[in-house]
Amino acid sequence: MRRAEKLPRAAEPLLGFARLLRHHAFPIAPEHVSSFMQAVTLLGPSSMSDIREAALATLAPSPDRRIEFDAHFRSHFYGDVKPPIEGEEDETRVKDDRGSRDEESQAVRQEKGGELSSALEQLSRRDFQFDPDSLGPFRGRLASALPARRSFRTMRTRSRGTLDLRRSLSEIVSADGDIPSPLLRRRQTVPRKLLLLIDVSGSMKLHTADYLKIAHAAVQGAARAEVFTFGTRLTRITSALRIRDRGQALARTAALVDDWDGGTRMGPTLLAFLSVPRFAAFARGAAVVILSDALERGDHADLETAMRRLSARAFRLSLATPLAGDPRFRPATAALSAILPVLDDLVDGSSVRSLSDFILSLARPAPAAETIWKRVS
Amino acid sequence: MARADAEQTAASPEAVAARLAASRYLADDGLATAIFLAIRLGKPLLLEGAPGVGKTEAAKATAELLGRELVRLQCYEGIDAAHALYEWNYQRQLLAIRHAGEHEIDIYDDRFLIARPLLQVLRVPEQRVLLVDEIDRSDHEFEALLLEFLSDFQISIPERGTIRAATQPIVILTSNRTRELAEALRRRCVYHWIGYPDAAREAEIIMLRAGDVAKATARAVANAVQQIRARPLAKPPGIAEAVEWANAATILEKGGSPWPEAFRRAIGVLIKDEEDLSAIAPELGRIVEEALG
Repeated sequence: MRRAEKLPRAAEPLLGFARLLRHHAFPIAPEHVSSFMQAVTLLGPSSMSDIREAALATLAPSPDRRIEFDAHFRSHFYGDVKPPIEGEEDETRVKDDRGSRDEESQAVRQEKGGELSSALEQLSRRDFQFDPDSLGPFRGRLASALPARRSFRTMRTRSRGTLDLRRSLSEIVSADGDIPSPLLRRRQTVPRKLLLLIDVSGSMKLHTADYLKIAHAAVQGAARAEVFTFGTRLTRITSALRIRDRGQALARTAALVDDWDGGTRMGPTLLAFLSVPRFAAFARGAAVVILSDALERGDHADLETAMRRLSARAFRLSLATPLAGDPRFRPATAALSAILPVLDDLVDGSSVRSLSDFILSLARPAPAAETIWKRVS
Repeated sequence: MARADAEQTAASPEAVAARLAASRYLADDGLATAIFLAIRLGKPLLLEGAPGVGKTEAAKATAELLGRELVRLQCYEGIDAAHALYEWNYQRQLLAIRHAGEHEIDIYDDRFLIARPLLQVLRVPEQRVLLVDEIDRSDHEFEALLLEFLSDFQISIPERGTIRAATQPIVILTSNRTRELAEALRRRCVYHWIGYPDAAREAEIIMLRAGDVAKATARAVANAVQQIRARPLAKPPGIAEAVEWANAATILEKGGSPWPEAFRRAIGVLIKDEEDLSAIAPELGRIVEEALG
């Protein structure tokens, strides 16, 4: 076997920089690194600014992370500046239920105790109080009520299409010049994905069970729906909600989520959501509905960034808050007024009825949240 | 221009910047380096930035720098292979079949093939620069289709086989970042984020681009535009709008309007959003006076 040639020693700091970036979750592929090395070779380099320009052009950090990128560059090549992101103590944990097995949740159930147990019991108790069929019509109508988009693919159709000249021509050739009846094609329409992000913090305690029931109906009714819960952590619960029996599905969910009724770190959690490429892809072109009171304490800069990024990916970004059930509600908190410009909808999420009606109306155009709330405030 | 000539033209980032300036495009070090690297590494160049910072102009100036024709593919929601790659001229094929009668005819001949921008560039990569404008407006499926083109520089036509470029064409993609592009696409490109220029550079651009504008006017416009962009506007003015504002104010001033008034009256060419106009109106007088002072 032929061994690769050893890289010159001068290349080591460059490789080290790529490694450092990768360590800090920058998506650096081997292709990036080889382009970076080639670029540095091409540029000379005559100064450190050449290496920086080469790094920016080939390692391609997202504009949102340019400051962080520069900090790493300075720390790696000059060694005198500490990157500001280091020492983040309280990183948001992300829990993905994909591939979770029955034994796992059984084990949790057997060990249940304390907070988890009470949350589980609470959820099961609410189940019994709830009319089991009230979400049936919602589930039935959801498939056709979600916004649709025209797919890139076309399908054969008998009416209302454009002439499929390619197929018609081969028909004509095979029929020896006879013109058969016109063959038509039409672009397919496909329903957009529905992404529900449910706040399970203490301030939302009253509504969590209802939201989960709606989420269950959504996963059962829509072709492509994804559901996450967030509080201090982020948990994907879609697979749990795929179980047809609602009782079982919610019990599985209760076991899966471990930050029931705690605090909320909405901004960092949503940023954590966006930092997992597979999760972030769920939001792309989707109808994203966040079920939360958006009571972000302290600095709301993270929340603002996360919402802006979500809005740039989503087809429609909506916030359903139980607070809006009160006619005196106005989006006056600092966090809400900061995110209002990027929201398509800010609606009442205080009851199953209002929320399911809203989800069923997602395909219908509506004025942006800011326009509506400006009028009433 | 052959690839070797292109590489000779782009001998260094400084040479690129000088040639761009000769095409009336002022590029900073970062952009000149990115264009230089894209040409020399044979990779597509992805330019991102807010609307109006000069991404499309950069592509035009690059084509001019290389002495090549610019082929532009404007993206939009729903753009597909028939708009971007190729299409058969079915009407002509049908007519040819009729005329041929009993004779044999190749209906997949070159004369029936309509080359769309990507195919046009593949056929003569050394004479064209391909601009894929506003890629963020297209569907994800189109982005995936483009991915294939950008990695192999080839197109497969079922009736004809694969057409591959002998040399890698120069491709520039622009995005306003209204949605995130796939990581796979970004990975294949040399990347540059174009920000708004600082006041001094913007004044230089105005002088270079506007018809007959005094240096002091260009400086005042650049200063005022910096102030206006710092406000939370729905549509912050781009560089082209700043150039238009300088032009319009100069025309009004020559028509008899005194200075601050001429700027105020010409504001419609700078700000093209009603809400933004009403938000900036109360402060406009002060901003202009400070910029002039």
